[in-house]
Amino acid sequence: MTIPGNEYVDMSLLDDLSYGNTFVHRLDPRAKLLTTLFFVIIVVSFSKYEVAGLMPFFIFPTLIIAIGEIPVRLIVKKVLLVSPFALAIGVFNPILDTEPMVRLGGVTISSGWMAYFSILLKFILTITAALVLIATTSFQGVCFALEKLGAPTVFVVQLMFLYRYLFVLVKEAASTLQAYNSRSFGGSSISIRVITQVLGNLFMRTVERSERIYAAMASRGFDGTVRFMRPHGIRALDVAFTLLCIACFILFRALNIARDLGSLITGGG
Amino acid sequence: MTDALLSPVVGTGFWAGTITVIGVASRKVREKILLEEKLVPFMGVLAAFIFAGQMINFTIPGTGSSGHIGGGMILAILLGPHAGFLAVASVLTVQALFFADGGILALGCNIWNLGFYPCYVAYPLIYRTIAKERASATRLNAASVISAIAALQLGAFSVVLQTVLSARSELPFYSFLLVMQPIHLVIGVVEGFVTAGVVGYIRTTTKETRDETAVPAYDIRRYFITKKFLIRIAAATLVVGAFMSWFASTNPDGLEWSLKHAVVSNKIDMPEPGSNSVVKGIQKNITLLPDYGFKNGDSKNVKEGVRQSWPNVDAGRSLSGILGGVIVLGFVLGIGLLISKRKKKL
Repeated sequence: MTIPGNEYVDMSLLDDLSYGNTFVHRLDPRAKLLTTLFFVIIVVSFSKYEVAGLMPFFIFPTLIIAIGEIPVRLIVKKVLLVSPFALAIGVFNPILDTEPMVRLGGVTISSGWMAYFSILLKFILTITAALVLIATTSFQGVCFALEKLGAPTVFVVQLMFLYRYLFVLVKEAASTLQAYNSRSFGGSSISIRVITQVLGNLFMRTVERSERIYAAMASRGFDGTVRFMRPHGIRALDVAFTLLCIACFILFRALNIARDLGSLITGGG
Repeated sequence: MTDALLSPVVGTGFWAGTITVIGVASRKVREKILLEEKLVPFMGVLAAFIFAGQMINFTIPGTGSSGHIGGGMILAILLGPHAGFLAVASVLTVQALFFADGGILALGCNIWNLGFYPCYVAYPLIYRTIAKERASATRLNAASVISAIAALQLGAFSVVLQTVLSARSELPFYSFLLVMQPIHLVIGVVEGFVTAGVVGYIRTTTKETRDETAVPAYDIRRYFITKKFLIRIAAATLVVGAFMSWFASTNPDGLEWSLKHAVVSNKIDMPEPGSNSVVKGIQKNITLLPDYGFKNGDSKNVKEGVRQSWPNVDAGRSLSGILGGVIVLGFVLGIGLLISKRKKKL
């Protein structure tokens, strides 16, 4: 049975969320984009075996989720469902790297396991950062930010067009699937011979649609240049947010707060 | 590729390469758009088509499992290298944000792996060589299959390279290669046949129904890769490569990487991660946490003069690390819950 995946439902959910009106949503998209990018780079810059040092970084997505009123369940679900490439590759660390690293009571944890935990944490942090960004920033906003930050206009326009017609074509594909399923006795799975025809058919509809879109654009005076309406300038608050976040990330990177806190409690070491 | 397996140097390095190619492709497409405005909506909708097409699963013959198309080669064939590359890049960008496929830093690598090879290697060198103007259906099919396989092999090789260069995974280069290439050979063959089928379908139907208004898919990709362009790409690659190697040798992370390798071979002394001299300098100057146990621990190690190999076993330090980690995490979650509760009350 081939039913459009849940991820497409989640996608419009995320899209809906991004039009919220909280402090985080109101921040300039550029500020959020740069902060997120910096966050990810700092997180992955930790060494292979670092586990404790990554913990303080959870504050960033947590705060944004809390202030931005994002349903935690959606984010958790998406993190769990995302393609497990990192974890599948990471699983070789405990197998190949068995040198003992940490003694916890009677249990010895190998450096391979520490590396695996580290990959796991980095995975959760980076994936959450991307999801939280798009849940608090409209895709339009991301496009504006990219354009302002110097991305070629042609590419930004391409992103906007893709996003504008993505939902339409997903619906188109879904109805094609429904047609197939209703004619195949509850939907035996599609063979490779059929998929080319299904895709070809979808393509023909796509071309027809692009014709109509172009006609509509041409009748409104389209001359090859897409003109943007630039919504708002950057405020002092946006700059302050970005700088504060980046300063915090650098501080967290430089000081191992988690371990120091632990040392304080266990009394040195 | 995915963020968690990347090092900052590899991630930003491939971003630099990808941004360069997006810049070049955008300029080329801009020139084309001035002559043919139709390309603007066509590129956008075609990318949306691939995006939607990916949600249709089909059975992969002989395996019993199902998969979906990648579509990089289809976009390259229908749009030509430059517009095709931008279309692939746009699809991956949306997926990185909404499906959290890979992540933001890995997006640069992913666009490179799935966009550069089909559009700038497989398409001009293989597809165009086999399928010239007015090629027969057989030649067209062969061209699609072979170029799709080549593009996926190069992409898989690239993933292996990025993973090994980042040194976050323990997998040795050759074993990883031996797993990735055959898997992607199978995927490539399937992708190739679907690509051939779709391209063939489009060709026959557009031939039959072609009238003046229909977009002739085959005329859109009229641009050729000139020698000048190839030279420019080669120059860009050199610049990126030089930049990366320079960066890798001066950046602490690159140092960390090479040091780690030195440790493996020579078992020389290696500082505890996160306590390199720069960081130590910062730590000495910051008096926010005046009596944190870190300094003591460090100096004790120095006093003892133990020549430790990395990873060093230090039960006390590890325990405090784990304990501290748990506390910090609890603290963070507490703050989150507090804010959400407050917000709900309001």
